[in-house]
Amino acid sequence: MGLAGAISDTLVLSKRNFMRIVRAPDLLLAFTVQPIMFVLLFAYVFGGAIPTPGHSYIDFLIPGILVQTMAFGGFVTAMGIAEDLRKGLIDRFRSLPMARSAVLAGRTLSDIATNAISITVMLVVGVIIGFGFSSPFLQVVLGILILLLFGYAFSWVFAFIGLTSSSPEAAQSLGFILIFPLTFVSSAFVPPETMPAALQWFAEWNPISITVNAIRALFIGDPAGNTVWGAIAWSLGISAVFAILAVTKYKRAVVR
Amino acid sequence: MAKSYGEVRALDGVDLTAPTGTVLGLLGPNGAGKTTAVRILTTLLPADGGSARVAGLDVATEAPKLRGRIGLAGQYAAVDENLTGFENLQMVGRLYHLPKGEPKARAAELLERFDLADAGGRLVRTYSGGMRRRLDLAAALVARPPVLFLDEPTTGLDPRSRIGLWETIEGRVAEGTTVLLTTQYLDEADRLADRISVIDHGRVIAEGSADELKDQVGGESLEVTLEAAAEADAAIAALAEVAAARPQLDGVVLTVPVAERKGTIALAVERLNAAGVGIDDISMRRPTLDDVFLKLTGHAAEDPEAEDE
Repeated sequence: MGLAGAISDTLVLSKRNFMRIVRAPDLLLAFTVQPIMFVLLFAYVFGGAIPTPGHSYIDFLIPGILVQTMAFGGFVTAMGIAEDLRKGLIDRFRSLPMARSAVLAGRTLSDIATNAISITVMLVVGVIIGFGFSSPFLQVVLGILILLLFGYAFSWVFAFIGLTSSSPEAAQSLGFILIFPLTFVSSAFVPPETMPAALQWFAEWNPISITVNAIRALFIGDPAGNTVWGAIAWSLGISAVFAILAVTKYKRAVVR
Repeated sequence: MAKSYGEVRALDGVDLTAPTGTVLGLLGPNGAGKTTAVRILTTLLPADGGSARVAGLDVATEAPKLRGRIGLAGQYAAVDENLTGFENLQMVGRLYHLPKGEPKARAAELLERFDLADAGGRLVRTYSGGMRRRLDLAAALVARPPVLFLDEPTTGLDPRSRIGLWETIEGRVAEGTTVLLTTQYLDEADRLADRISVIDHGRVIAEGSADELKDQVGGESLEVTLEAAAEADAAIAALAEVAAARPQLDGVVLTVPVAERKGTIALAVERLNAAGVGIDDISMRRPTLDDVFLKLTGHAAEDPEAEDE
């Protein structure tokens, strides 16, 4: 199996995943209406009560909620893979002379497209309710690329979850249980200084916080420090580890 | 082949052979190891003992090459609900790396052959169960594989769809395809398989053509339905002359093993008349694969609706 074959297989399958969204457009709600809902809820319900020195809450919030949305963007991958397993499609794919990585790579690749939709929708809504970039254009572009890379890394986490769970429903709740606390014990929605010491320590090292801080640096001019490199390193590390775990699991996948 | 899951020996040294262009039927109850055997032979599962060659290729060491030469249709209709029938077949053709243009051509051709041409542009989620199975089988045939694995292809289908699928499989075999078919339906093995391996608890317990297996159970029987069970003793006495072994009574049905087919019914009717025994029905009966199964395994072929293995 050459690289060209693997790329072609991946594109065939990512087209298949994309067709699913076209054919069942209700899934699009998860990528559009849900992020809008979160932005509005946080901005207007919690926003007034959370002091964010140096920024308006909406400026503070948008980078955080973008990162959270990216972290969850891959849930379609987990559900889709769990469903393919249940329906025997993974067996069919594994019996075909195709690249072993293609089913998973096809999934994670199509997540990039849906994540891009979510980012666009949220930035538009953010700007409407008062978010303002205060950094050069190229930095904003770099920030968006880091968001997509971060979303891609978490798609691999979800791919592994999908292969490990007993049903699409279980995959979804397992993903939620693992990732929800990670997004909240971070700098995404509140400054971590107000948390108890242990949580504060966790929030500082949390890849979500580091990525959120990188995006704040690139979008609203916070001091960058090492956060941009840190965010890229975390994303690449998570992608590599979970891609290996997921492909290994895929090779032994059993129908349920 | 051997395969264990912890303490459970799913396959306990199973030997199978299918000459090119024939159908090997793997017959056994749920949990006998049929699906495990198919999964090993289609490279989905590594065996932990023994070896197997399919189309001349070793399933363990030449798996990538072998995958291009086999087609698999499983117990589940493994098709994508959110694609059309055409798109499903086209996708499979691309994943088999067929030359450019070929996936489309094959998809159209197979939809036509499987009576799905009109439905080809519709999403599979609107298909009936029978249509999905046909599409699944079509997907297994996209690359014209010389070896086809069909794991319980008709489980859950209505009788008409079953017969349609049987005809399709027979058509493929006539064109030279080698088929391994697992089934728990005895009539299906009887109709399709050239050779049958009966498998139970991970072992092959009998092997041969359907006729050879039936012969193992014994010859023909005379089946007499009595008007009244009370006349059974009189009937058994009257039929002593034709009986080759002890008759069995089940309700009002008396089964008498016979040595000779010719003239038996006429003689039996005459003797029963003379003894004044009234009968509702009388016929000769060859053993069925059900009898074979019962004799070999000590239990009847299980209810096909039971849990999957």
